[in-house]
Formats: sequence, structure tokens, C-alpha cells
Amino acid sequence: MSSPESGSYDATEAAPHGKPRATEWPLWEVFIRGQHGLSHRHVGSLHAADAESAIKNARDVYTRRNEGVSIWVVEAAAIAASSPEEKGPLYEPSNDKVYRHPTFFDIPDDVGAM
Amino acid sequence: MYAQMIKSTGKGVKSLDEMDPEERAFQERINAGGKIEPKDWMPDGYRKTLIRQIGQHAHSEIVGQLPEGNWITRAPTLERKAILLAKVQDEAGHGLYLYCAAETLGVSRDQLTRDLLSGKMKYSSIFNYPTLTWADMGAVGWLVDGAAIMNQVPLQRTSYGPYARAMVRICKEESFHQRQGFDIMMKMANGTEAQRRMAQDALNRFWYPSLMMFGPSDKESVHSAQSMAWKIKMNTNDELRQKFVDQTAPQAAYLGLTIPDEHLEWNEERGSYDFSEPDWDEFFDVLQGNGPCSVDRMEARNKAWDDGRWVREGLLAHAEKKRARKMAAE
Repeated sequence: MSSPESGSYDATEAAPHGKPRATEWPLWEVFIRGQHGLSHRHVGSLHAADAESAIKNARDVYTRRNEGVSIWVVEAAAIAASSPEEKGPLYEPSNDKVYRHPTFFDIPDDVGAM
Repeated sequence: MYAQMIKSTGKGVKSLDEMDPEERAFQERINAGGKIEPKDWMPDGYRKTLIRQIGQHAHSEIVGQLPEGNWITRAPTLERKAILLAKVQDEAGHGLYLYCAAETLGVSRDQLTRDLLSGKMKYSSIFNYPTLTWADMGAVGWLVDGAAIMNQVPLQRTSYGPYARAMVRICKEESFHQRQGFDIMMKMANGTEAQRRMAQDALNRFWYPSLMMFGPSDKESVHSAQSMAWKIKMNTNDELRQKFVDQTAPQAAYLGLTIPDEHLEWNEERGSYDFSEPDWDEFFDVLQGNGPCSVDRMEARNKAWDDGRWVREGLLAHAEKKRARKMAAE
């Protein structure tokens, strides 16, 4: 879950419990590698004061049922992401390159498995 | 349901023709079963409604730990204690999955917390009822988590990607919750006469509050119509309530317990049970903050937040100190 864009959730009033955002821990994105040789996969995010406690928290929040054997955490602010507006220029060029897929080529059955 | 009476724009659903091109593209994507992701364009109303809904859902998971936490130190065996502890820990996890889904919409975690603690945002009415006996742990798992599942399973298909993904995780764990509750009920219902009475008493007290979880009938509600068009609400409240009753009535019969409703009866023609509506005046009163435990719950959350402040600040200061030391060493 990527870090938020500036939102428009307005009309909130601060309750007398701490200054706004003064004590909010940074947001970390969590990646977990499962047991069966797959790569790390994004599972969600959490707040923690530093990387060490982010890993400890990730263990409690995201691996309560043997979901993984390795955890990566990275501060959400450090992630660079493509934007939805770039979808066209980034991904459309591959649409017309069907020859990149093996099924493009007709190989006679007689040749056997290939 | 853990989100009740969520208001959307209140303006009724626009037709595709009435929308500008951006909104039309957004709605068409939803109609086609596509997902909306955090950085995609979305109408302001969609964003705000989702923040309210996911936020309320998250708050419910967190406050929902309190009625069960009440029994951790008094569980009848070590095994029951370990199971209840795991269940309550799951609820904290569910709250966290949901908070991070809400945060992708541009609201901060602290803001959501402040809005809960100030009473601006609500949590489910069900958690304002007390858990008086051990049998209540059974009734909560069986009925309250059972009612929550009715709503959460379809929400795995909701249009907002982070919310749908959080729901997938939650649903996987939720079935453990309901089963552990039913397991307690089976034990009590088949136990001594005193245990059986205790199980019946728990069912008596939790039946109508569980039916209230789905919220009042919303067949006519413009808010619900909009939320359903956006696919952030998948079924009407009445549909889900009926499904819950149809599923639960035979389970109560299996336990040999009686649902406290003299009008509960199988309707051959409809293929469903007829049943009595809960007392909606009581529901609105509880939502106003007048439930039997409303004051306790908010006091407990506020105390936890205030008492935890030095920990939050201390860990942050420690992290900053470590960072500064590392910088100096480099």
C-alpha cells in the first residue's frame, strides 16, 4: 500500500491528545518472502520509529501464521513509483510486440517439445 | 458489520451521462470489475466515504479487543487463554491492516486516532455491550465475528484495491475466530446445567445486538445506493442480516439453544427464516454514545493513548539519536 498523496480528508478537529503528527512514527512498507522460493512480496505497511522496530512490528503484524521466513522493510518516503498518467507511454509499447511471446511461433508437432 | 450508517455524498447516484469524462472513466472501470489504486483519480466523495468506512472498520477492530481482553486473565484453561490471546492479537492486526488501507487515501494514522478518541469517528455499536461471563466469549466469536464475516467476505471484491487486499487477509483469519467461538459454545451447551444456562444467557444478550450490527434497513438510502454503485458496499443491510439469520438459526438448534425470538420461523415460500427486527431505538441510542459500556470503552482507548505517549516519543527520540550518531561516524 503505497504512501498517500496529499489528501482532502478535511473538517477534522484535533482532539486534546498530542500535537498533530508530532509523534507519528514514519511509515514503512513491508515485504515478506514465503517458504517456497518465491521472491519478497509487498504485504502492507506499518508505522515504526526505526528499521529495527519496523522489522519487529512486521513480524507481529504480518507473520503470525508462518507467512514468511524473511522480512524487508523500507521507508515509504524512500520509494519511487511510476504514476498512473505514465501508463500509456510506459506499457503500451509492448502491446504490439507479440513476437516476444513463445506462442507467436508455430513449431510443427513433429519437432517435439520445445 | 463493523461499519454502520456510513454517509456518502447524499446526492443520489449520477448516471454515466451526467458525469464528466474523468468520473465516467472511473465509474466504467468499477462497473467492469476493475480496481481503483491509491494514486488513481477518484471523486472526492469516494475518497471521503472510504476514509469514513475503512476508518470506522479499523476503529471497531481496535475497540473490539476490549470486551474480549476482559477475559484473557480469567480464561478457564491455559489452552483457552492462549487461543483467546491469539484471537485478540488478530483483532489488533486487522485494525492495523485497515488503518494502512485508509492511510493510502491521504489521512494520517494520528488523525484517525484523534478522531476516534474525540468521538468524531464511531466504531461498531456491538462493542458497547459488556461481556459478563465466559460464555460471552463463545457468543462473541460465534455471533459477532459471524456477522462480521457476512460483510467482509463480499468486501474482498470491493473496488478499492488496498481495502480489498486488507479484506483478503482479514477473512483468512476470521474463520478461526468464529470457529473458536462456536467451540466454546459447544462445550458450554453440552456441559453442566449451569454451563448450559450460561450459554443460553449469552445468546439471549448477544442475539439482537448482533442483528443490529448490519444497521437499519437501507433499501431506500441514497447513501447506500451511492456506495453500492462505487462497489464499496456490496449488499444491502437486509440481505446480509437475512443471510446471517439463515446461517445461524440451524447452528443454534444444533447447540440445543433457543434464539430469543418467538417469531423466528422457517418460511418455506421464501426459503428463509422470518424473524423479529431488533429495537432500533436502542441501536440509535447506543450509536449516540449511550451503550452500557460506551463511556468505559472510550476511557480505555484514551487512557491507552495517553499512557503510551512517552513510549511513542521515547522510541522516536532514540531513533533520532541513533541516526545522528551514525551520521557523525560516517
